[in-house]
Parts: sequence; C-alpha cells; structure tokens
Amino acid sequence: MVVEYQKEIGGMMILIKSLKFRHIKNNIVKVISTLTASVGLFFLCWILYEVLKRGIGAYNWAFFTQLPTPPGIMGGGLVNAMVGTVLITLLATCVGTPLGILSGVYLSEFGKGTRIASAIRFINNVLVGIPSIIIGMFIYTLMVAPMKSFSAWAGMVALAIIMLPVMVRTTEDMLNMVPDALRESGLALGAPKWKVTVGVVFRAARSGILTGVLLAVARISGETAPLLFTVLNSPYWMKSLKEPVANLTVTIFNYAMSPYRDWITKAWGASLLIMMAVLGLAVFSRLLLRNKGTSN
Amino acid sequence: MIILGILWELFRNSKLSLAKFGLGFLTSSQWNPVTEQFGALSGIFGTGMSTLIAMILAVPVGLVIALFLVELAPPKLSSFFGGAIELLAAVPSIIYGMWGLFVFAPFMATYIQPFLGKTLGFLPLFKGPPMGIGMLTAGIILALMILPYISSVTRDVFRMVPPVVKEAAYGVGATNWEVTNGVTMRYALKGIVGAGFLGLGRALGETMAVTFVIGNSHRISASLFASGNSIASTLANEFTEASEPMYLSSLIELGLVLFLVTMVFQVAAQVWLWSIKKKLAV
Repeated sequence: MVVEYQKEIGGMMILIKSLKFRHIKNNIVKVISTLTASVGLFFLCWILYEVLKRGIGAYNWAFFTQLPTPPGIMGGGLVNAMVGTVLITLLATCVGTPLGILSGVYLSEFGKGTRIASAIRFINNVLVGIPSIIIGMFIYTLMVAPMKSFSAWAGMVALAIIMLPVMVRTTEDMLNMVPDALRESGLALGAPKWKVTVGVVFRAARSGILTGVLLAVARISGETAPLLFTVLNSPYWMKSLKEPVANLTVTIFNYAMSPYRDWITKAWGASLLIMMAVLGLAVFSRLLLRNKGTSN
Repeated sequence: MIILGILWELFRNSKLSLAKFGLGFLTSSQWNPVTEQFGALSGIFGTGMSTLIAMILAVPVGLVIALFLVELAPPKLSSFFGGAIELLAAVPSIIYGMWGLFVFAPFMATYIQPFLGKTLGFLPLFKGPPMGIGMLTAGIILALMILPYISSVTRDVFRMVPPVVKEAAYGVGATNWEVTNGVTMRYALKGIVGAGFLGLGRALGETMAVTFVIGNSHRISASLFASGNSIASTLANEFTEASEPMYLSSLIELGLVLFLVTMVFQVAAQVWLWSIKKKLAV
C-alpha cells in the first residue's frame, strides 16, 4: 500500500519535472513549423519578385504591338503569341466547359450513388493526374500525325481534355453543396427533374461553377508541354486554325533556350504576362468563393 | 474512354520500337538517334532520381506545413499561409523552369553546391563541378512544385480527424505537439501516404520545369550535380526534332512507359484515399 503510494508520488514528480521540458519541446516544434511554412512563402515571393523584376524590363510599346524579329535582330514583340494564347485558351474553354459541367451534373444529380457514376468519378480523378505531356502526345498521334501538320485545332482539343476532369470535379463538388431541401421543394412543386436541375440547383451553385471555370482556365493557360506537341509555334500572324499558331508558353520555352539576350528578356516578359494572368485568375476566383462563403 | 484511347494510341504508335528493342528498351542506356539505338534506362533513372529527391524534400516539409496550418497557426495566419501555398500550386510550370534556369541554378552553382562539395564531397553523390543545373536542382524545384499538393491533401486529412478525439487529448493536459504527434498523426498516417502518392504522380510527369534545369544528357551518373534527363524532358526536347519513324516511335514508347507508371501511382493513390475516407466516415 505504502509502496504503491510512493510509486504514485514518484510518477507525479516525473510528470511535474517534465512539464517544463514538454512545454519547451512544444515551443521548439512551433518555431520549426512556423519557419517551414515561411520557407514556402519565401520561395513564392522569390519567384514572383524575380519574374516581376526581369519581366518588366521587356515591356515597351513594340513588345505589345509588333511581330517577332528573326534571330539576333533586336526589337520586335510578341503580339501574335498573345493573341494565339488567348484564342487557343478561349476555344478550349468553349469545348471543355460545357462537357465538364454536363458530366458534373450527371455525377451529382442523375447518376448519384450508381456504379457507373462512381466508376466515372474514379477515372476522372485518375485523369486529373495524368501528365499533360502525355495528353499532348496522345493528340499528336491522333490529330497531328494523320493531318501531317501541327494545328491550333489539335492544341485546342489537348487543352480541352486537360480542362475536362478539373471542370467535372469542381462542378460536382459545387452541386453537392446545394442543400437537398432546395431540390426537394422544387420537386414537390411538381417540377420535372431537369427543370429543378437547371432552374434551382444551377442557380444556387452559379458562382461556384464560375469559380471552377476560372480555375480550369488558369490551369490551361499556363500549359506548355501539350502545346509543344500540338500547336507548336510560329513567328507570323496565324492565317487559319489548321496551321501552327504562335503562343506565349512555347515562345517562352524556345526563347529561353536561345543564346540571344534580347530573346531571353522577351521570355521573361512573356513569363510575367502568363504569371499575372494565371495568378490573377486564381486569386479572383478564390475571392469569389470566399464572398459566397460569407454571404451564406 | 479517353484513358483507353490514350493507351491504345500510344501502344499502336510505339509498335515499331517495341518490335525492334523488346524488353531491352527498358534496360539499355544507349540513346543515339544517328545509329537508331534507343533505350529508356537513363530517362527512367533520371525520372526516378529527381522524383526521389523531390519526395525526400517535399514530404516532410509538406507535412509540417499542413500541421502548422491545421493545429498550430491562428485562423487568420492559417488562411493567409494556406492561400499563399496554394498560389505556389497555381504558378505555371514554365515559370518554375525560367526561374530555375536563370535564378536558382546560378544560386546553386555559387552557394549551395560548392558548400555541399566541400562538406560532403567524399560521397560520390556530391562529386563533380558545380554547374548549377542537374539532378539536384531539378529535384529541389520539383519538390517546390509538389509541396502545395502534399500539404493541401494532408491538411484535408488532418481536418477529417474528429475533434472529439483531439479535445479529449487536450483535456488530459497534453501539449499541442503531443496531441499532434500522438493523436492526429496516428489518425492521419494513411492519408499522408495517399498524399505522398499524389505528389509522386505529379513529380513523375512534370515536364517543363525539369526540362529547363536537368541538363538533358543521356547518361547515368552517381553525382547529383551531373546533368541527366527524365522521360518527360526527353520528350519535350526531342519530339519536334524526331524525323525518323524509328526515333519517333521510340519517343512515343517512352511516353507509354511514363503513362503506365503515372497511371499505376494515380490509381493506387485513389484507391488508397478512397478506402480511408470510407473507414473514417463509418
């Protein structure tokens, strides 16, 4: 009895003694984790800073208004590439968005709980992780090789495929956030399912879906690898969608690997453009989502 | 549908090289467009090596960041850091490439690599001239790129830990760290493995950033400072130059290898995460 009591006292002593130690350990961990998180932040700032610093230097009137010059000759701009990137991204968005939204609607509204739906969801998740270069290659063998020419169409299809799974996933998530009570009240009024989906569920999830579109656009507008295999690049204005079209990302790749100082500066300029566009979209869509979160 | 299509197309187009090199394609490090001798070994090695470096760096750091965001940081700071880390994911890979080639590689060459060479130079890993570009730099940049994925998935898993369990631990007087180490981590371990797989899949297929900094030479070297290549960087560099059918078909077979490997990892990650979600939901 006495021995047990002493043991207990001993245990308490160790506990009290170690309390300080435990707090110290706790604080060390806190400091380390704060530092680690700051490292991530530091790299982000470093990248942003360098791109900004080096990119700004490339900007002048010609950069935004003129065509590229032949290698080694100073001056010129990348206006054709800017137009090309915007065009290809827009086209891909036009194809990828409706398909993605429709599949998302199927998964969340009509196929919910069925085996096919979960199979599609699974495949979709895998597709998100497939490297974009593989998608580019796939389109190369499917479209570029048979047509014997790199083309804007092929690039558009490749980007649409990359965009699709992202759209499907966000649409489904957003629709799932719509409370079932809304659906049920719509159905109780005698509205058919499609009408409830279009009139009620869509309206409730509108801003969420818009966010999804923006994020998907942000993702594809920075893509390079698939474009390398499909659109290639061109120093001229495009004449049709059946031929190689200039675009910013492949231009960055070509210019950065070149020995010309002027070109490398231009590559930085183009990088800054792409980065501002992508980060702008990402930040904007997040703000949109946050506003929605607070108003509800 | 699309996945099957990709598989079939890549397979069909790589038949030529499949027929010629057979399984030897995977084990030969020869890569000579002139004599039409192709082997994937150096690419596979480079992909594996750079991914390994990335994982070694990114998994612990990603983990700690997720812990910080969920357990330790005050909510405002947490959402600020979380947003910043997610922005890191939004930066296009070509920007990482530009930054890696023109900013980070020189930095490595002048500061980090000579230091490593001096202190750890007796290991074959850190031998060779500090060129800046090469395996180590590629690995570090990859780590930076997959960091946001790992930390955001891990964060989600941490958030799935029921608060009751954590509160119980706090209730008996455990410190922050003890709760994290003893309760949250134990609950979330499987999820962390899943997050690692997802990051792995990303790193394997990453193209542009690696192409910029890895140096692009078809050889296998023990030193982390030496240049090498990965499957994806070979594809990006040589695809548009490949004119011979044999060359092209070999490149496509490389793509097929990459595709199959990433598929396996993706499917494994999905199945793994799915089974955990099911378990936690019950």
